Amino acid sequence: MNEIVFFINKGITSGLIIGSIYALGAIGVTLIFGILRFAHFAHGDMMTLGAFVTLILTAALASLGIVLPLPLAFIAMFPAMAITACLAIGLDRVFYKPLRQAGARPVVLVMASVGVTLMLQGLIRLFAGVRSRDMFIEAPKEIFRIPFPGASRPLIITEPQVLLIVFTFVAVIVLHWFLTRSRLGKAMRAVSDNPELARITGINTNHVVWATWIIGGALACAAGTLLSMDVTLKPDLSFNILLPIFAATIVGGIGQPYGAIAGGFLVGFSETLAVFNWAILLRPIKDHLWFEVPANLALVPTQYKLMVPFLILIIVLIYRPTGIFKGRVL
Amino acid sequence: MSEQNQYSIMRDVVLFTGLAMLVAFIFLSQGTVYSLRMMVEAGCYAIIALGLTIQWGYAGLFNVGVMGFIAAGAASSMLISFPQNPEFWNSAGPALVGIFIVKLIACGVALWAASKSPRWGVGPILRALLIVVAIAISYVVLSEHMDEMSKEIEQASGWIGGLGLPVIVGWLVAGVVAGVIAWFVGKICLGLRSDYLAIATLGIAQIIKHFLKNADWLTRGTLTVSPLPWPVQTPADGEFIMARASYLTVVAIAMVIIYLLLQRAYHAPWGRMMRAIRDNETAAASMGKDVNRRRLEIFVLGCVLMGFGGAILIHFASIYDPSGFIDLNHTFLVWVMVILGGSGNNRGAIFGAVFVYIVWVMSEPLALWLFSLIGTYGQAWTGWEPPSDLASRALQMRVFVIGLTITLVLRFAPQGVLPEQQARH
Amino acid sequence: MSLLDIRELHAGYGVMSILKGINMSLEAGEIGVIVGPNGAGKSTTLKAIFGMLNITEGSISFDGTDITGIRSEQLAEHRIAFVPQEHNVFPTLSVHENLEMGAYVRRDDFSSVMDHVYDIFPPLKDKRNQPAGELSGGQRQMVAFGRALMIEPKLILLDEPTAGLSPMFMSQIFDRVIAINRTGVTVAMVEQNAKQALAIAHKGFVLAGGCNSFTDTGQNLLNNPEVAASFLGG
Ligand SMILES: Nc1ncnc2c1ncn2[C@@H]1O[C@H](COP(=O)(O)OP(=O)(O)OP(=O)(O)O)[C@@H](O)[C@H]1O
Ligand SMILES: [Mg+2]
Repeated sequence: MNEIVFFINKGITSGLIIGSIYALGAIGVTLIFGILRFAHFAHGDMMTLGAFVTLILTAALASLGIVLPLPLAFIAMFPAMAITACLAIGLDRVFYKPLRQAGARPVVLVMASVGVTLMLQGLIRLFAGVRSRDMFIEAPKEIFRIPFPGASRPLIITEPQVLLIVFTFVAVIVLHWFLTRSRLGKAMRAVSDNPELARITGINTNHVVWATWIIGGALACAAGTLLSMDVTLKPDLSFNILLPIFAATIVGGIGQPYGAIAGGFLVGFSETLAVFNWAILLRPIKDHLWFEVPANLALVPTQYKLMVPFLILIIVLIYRPTGIFKGRVL
Repeated sequence: MSEQNQYSIMRDVVLFTGLAMLVAFIFLSQGTVYSLRMMVEAGCYAIIALGLTIQWGYAGLFNVGVMGFIAAGAASSMLISFPQNPEFWNSAGPALVGIFIVKLIACGVALWAASKSPRWGVGPILRALLIVVAIAISYVVLSEHMDEMSKEIEQASGWIGGLGLPVIVGWLVAGVVAGVIAWFVGKICLGLRSDYLAIATLGIAQIIKHFLKNADWLTRGTLTVSPLPWPVQTPADGEFIMARASYLTVVAIAMVIIYLLLQRAYHAPWGRMMRAIRDNETAAASMGKDVNRRRLEIFVLGCVLMGFGGAILIHFASIYDPSGFIDLNHTFLVWVMVILGGSGNNRGAIFGAVFVYIVWVMSEPLALWLFSLIGTYGQAWTGWEPPSDLASRALQMRVFVIGLTITLVLRFAPQGVLPEQQARH
Repeated sequence: MSLLDIRELHAGYGVMSILKGINMSLEAGEIGVIVGPNGAGKSTTLKAIFGMLNITEGSISFDGTDITGIRSEQLAEHRIAFVPQEHNVFPTLSVHENLEMGAYVRRDDFSSVMDHVYDIFPPLKDKRNQPAGELSGGQRQMVAFGRALMIEPKLILLDEPTAGLSPMFMSQIFDRVIAINRTGVTVAMVEQNAKQALAIAHKGFVLAGGCNSFTDTGQNLLNNPEVAASFLGG
């Protein structure tokens, strides 16, 4: 039984956690890809930026001596999401919009986003240094231990993990409501479908672009914050998180928010299950097996974890470039 | 047309004269030994930048994985030219490696056969199944063998060592290896929009670096390998200036040959076709499959140059250290060189490489000096305690500046300082 | 004064100029039909009116205001609607959502217009929740047409509304055009089926090589032997 508990803790919970993070990031990337038509390389650093905004607000709240039933960082995350959304719109204004208006090819925008990511990276590390930080300023994070019938070890889940799962769930529902029920949400889908026709129809593309950056920026901030709450805030997230998020986006089909969510969880679970040591699950029945169970039976050594999203990406590009949800191949 | 030509020739003359003066100034102020090093490295960067400028400028391909190709080239060149490790050759290692290669080829054939199976009347579902099975079996077989092999080799001899072949062979193989990797990446992504290539090259670069850092049996991993051989006398057995100057000569010759060849290709029908594809993909698409074929050619060629230039760069440093491959220095710096110099213009790439590299190198002490100044004065005037890692933060300033340069150039001078000169059709 | 007045219009894609002096005018309540060989610049003319191209010379005025070079986003507010020749629906949006997007610029209650559109195109009613990308070609034309009607346009530009439709369907679409025109909507329509289209037209324009070569009433053009010989297939 302990083995099953271990599997749930190390395999299922971790997959759910990292999958949620990827999903939150990939929703933004897929919307930007679908509507503005370029791969936004600055998304990883936007997550870090959002997490830092949260950290600053949390520190401010903590210094005021405020105590709340929820972690301060989680509360501070909501204003931080608004701030990050505004910053995202600002970045678009200064760096992407002029290029769009000059009729630059999409790949030039991709490059500009690489420039932006370097600027963000530089600025963040310039002011905050490169060490990791703890988002729990006021109190250590709470850890829930849930006894599991028949096992001596409990299921372990931490408070930020619960918050992350709940937040992702709520965010997905709100997003679904927004995209299918609201006028602006439908307009976003319309622009993503056919920008030219959307213009002909009289849809205000500026509003749609703003909505895209607001959603993308806010969710990036949330993903960055919740990830840092789960582990620590590391300023060097950037390219390491970008690859799985892009993989999730493409697996899910570009311009498909639901695909991005599914893709996020797919990549997240593949990653954790690929590095999970399956030998542990086999150990209790090892006397009944015809082969000897090796000490380590992970599909991929942990140091090659990055291979997993990359392989998923490559396989999808080869065999189904539209992704599982039939997105566009731009 | 001729007026325009004269104008751009003037521009070339002015810019390169300015650059020559800058170099002369560096030599006078920083001393010959130091400046020679800088020039050699700038020359290597120029070769790498030529590789990137043909990808981006000729064909509009966005490669964010320059670092990966440099690393792959450097590692291969190191393996080819580093002296042999007798312990390895006397152990069971060579046999294991040989069997591994055989297995690798067998798996490749199996996978290829599975994906081509419709030729033998296999349905799409069965094909998918075959592919999955082929991948799974190859993975299990190869990774198991790899585990065993790496353990065995690490125990018996530490690592496999080099082949002890001439350095020039190493450099050429570096280009070939980078080209082969590029071929696979390009084959997968070039039919799709350029964003996919960007994402895939970003991924492959991270993975190559990861692999090299962890493959102790192959490249000693983070233990580093040194001293790498030079094709000319090394400073160890001669004079510094003499050694570096001869190395610089070799680099300069390589660079000039590559430049001349590229220049020829640019004006040949091949180059014209490339530009046609870049400028009007839809019109060129009527040529059908050819577009992807041409793109693949240029992508591979560009990466060959990156591998080659990267190998020369690392050999000069004389130490192979996989942790030394950094996106900033080996990808984005090259990007700045290319777009600032003028994408699609080979002279622009060379100018950009030398100029940007000089600025880059000089900016390091400058940033440190500036930051220590801020630190001391900040402390003196406001009592602010500067963070202890001020030096590392100063370097972050350069990351910011690189990013800022990219965005500014794209917006305000998308042509670079030496714009591409092409006959308008 | 004409509702739509185009004078000496020169326009093209990028540096390539396609239209070399188009003159056209339509009175309120008229049906104008543009015919001509493939590649004559018919679609290009409609796109130029709708602010999607570089206009190098000439002017377009609508209802007394100059709309030359106005961006297409703003034309919906002038109550001009455009149904392009292809890619004229949002494929992943449902039929109903497509119609709603047609009314994007409207802040008032447009449910009666929506009902009206469903009345004109009954097949859409059953398919209202289906993605438009899954409809047949003819149904898609209906969605596109209906989408354009959502702003209750004064002028509607139709680019080959019958392209690829069976003869039965085609006459249905023509009937709808006439019906809509009766409610006071001015129609400018490009058509390949020149004979049928000119038969319902108040005015006809024959385009060739980026210029009008003939302009007359629909009936006169049909009877003009020169036009008949070169453009109507005898
Ligand atoms: N997007 C474009 N870019 C460049 N040239 C174009 C474009 N679209 C059309 N053209 C050119 O403009 C000319 C006129 O095209 P247009 O689409 O107006 O023809 P048309 O009269 O509508 O023909 P059809 O009956 O086939 O629809 C053609 O020569 C075509 O090649
Ligand atoms: Mg047409």
